[in-house]
Amino acid sequence: MTSSTRLTPLQRLRDALVAVVAALSLWQAIVWLSGVPPFILPGPWRVAVTLADNIGLIADHALITIAEVLIGLVFGALLGAATALHLMVSPAARRIALPIMVFSQAVPVFALAPLLTLWLGYGMASKIAMALLIIYFPVVSTFYDGLRRTDPGLLDLARTMGATPTRTLLHIRLPAGLPAFGSGLRLAAVYAPIGAVIGEWVGASNGLGYLMLLANGRAKTDLMFASLFVLAAFAVALYGLVSVATRRMTSWSRESLDTL
Amino acid sequence: MSKAPAPAPASVSAPALRLTGDFHHAGRPLFTGLDLAIADRGWTCLLGPSGVGKSTVLRLLAGLDTGGTFDGDISASDGAPVATRIAFMAQSDLLAPWLDVVGNVTLGARLRGEAPDLVRARALIERVGLAGHVDKRPASLSGGMRQRVALARVLMEDRPIVLLDEPFAALDARTRAEMQELAFEVLEGRTVLLVTHDPAEAVRLGHHLFILSEDGLTRVDVPASPPIRAVDAPETMEMQARLFHALRGRPA
Repeated sequence: MTSSTRLTPLQRLRDALVAVVAALSLWQAIVWLSGVPPFILPGPWRVAVTLADNIGLIADHALITIAEVLIGLVFGALLGAATALHLMVSPAARRIALPIMVFSQAVPVFALAPLLTLWLGYGMASKIAMALLIIYFPVVSTFYDGLRRTDPGLLDLARTMGATPTRTLLHIRLPAGLPAFGSGLRLAAVYAPIGAVIGEWVGASNGLGYLMLLANGRAKTDLMFASLFVLAAFAVALYGLVSVATRRMTSWSRESLDTL
Repeated sequence: MSKAPAPAPASVSAPALRLTGDFHHAGRPLFTGLDLAIADRGWTCLLGPSGVGKSTVLRLLAGLDTGGTFDGDISASDGAPVATRIAFMAQSDLLAPWLDVVGNVTLGARLRGEAPDLVRARALIERVGLAGHVDKRPASLSGGMRQRVALARVLMEDRPIVLLDEPFAALDARTRAEMQELAFEVLEGRTVLLVTHDPAEAVRLGHHLFILSEDGLTRVDVPASPPIRAVDAPETMEMQARLFHALRGRPA
């Protein structure tokens, strides 16, 4: 929190670059020194060449995965926010829906993937549903927590000012809960790609997850790594984007300054 | 402090208040047989140690949750309800961190679905000495400035009754003195109840003074001079010493 430990964006970028170059060098060194065949572990250079050679193929599949993730993220966030608001205003919803939601978390979402594929088919719909399902609960629970933890003093003040419950929700609880909603969205940005790729592994004819399985089955390990790299790059970019957007949305909050 | 324009008197006539009754919390009495009479148009100070129910009295008047059961009566001299005519200021400034100064001052209007009167809000912000800070968020203001915003918010609400729950307790000595003077000046003509645990503050500001302790409520006669009283006047200092002893359980 102190200014002496806070790095400028440029310093952080420099540190990140150093870490990446070090990791890549270590990887290349292991490949050279151990003499592992490329179908077990290709070196970073070979992966880069494969990526360049197959950029069209990888891009086609990546676009599918990205679309699944983004659609799942938007709908999951909207549905999660609506649920949290509903839980906040309706005691009946809290009594009935909250235990069900907590209990439903005992079911591993991964175990639902084959079912979703069975019901929604091999296309994008089942992957969007996976991404949505996997982020729904974190969004609901963080946002609902934020709405509930509004400073009771502010709520007292609103009451002495003659506020209606709806306007209190709109003008006090909702903005007070936004930083928590932001952390829910950041979690969602991390989980949504996982959901989509698991969906693709279980059954798909498109997408980076499908391409990775295909490459793996044909011992094209370099293609698998190249796909994995694109997936990771997209996931990091998505997180960064959501992170910046949510922090800008709640720039007044100390909480949002402390999160990465 | 900049020269503030003369404060306009409260636009609604301010009533006297009376709270009588018993209060129980978790099955145990916090106070019984209380009879607190708050005079109209002036400062009544309720002095006492922590935990005797000072804030509970204030919350009862404000119509807020107290976490206990109140068996008694709250009335105003004009017969109209009390809780709908109060403005409230606490030790914590209770500013919304996402709103700028003018947004915080006009919060009440938006919570009631009315169009906020921005011209008046700016005038009031200027009156509490924050003219250059209208667009700032609370995080970039000092503790004293934040309480000035809270005071401007009280003025914006323009209620005849003002309830103050140790609003100056967290400020440093100089800022506290300045805030006391400013609040006293701008709240003129309203019925003010100040809850405090600071004898000096009570002597300085009170037209009327009560001590609330475990033994109940005691009215204390204030010095003859009108508030705001000079801190170093002999009668003020003598009174302050008496209150200090009274708070420690010796005869007032």
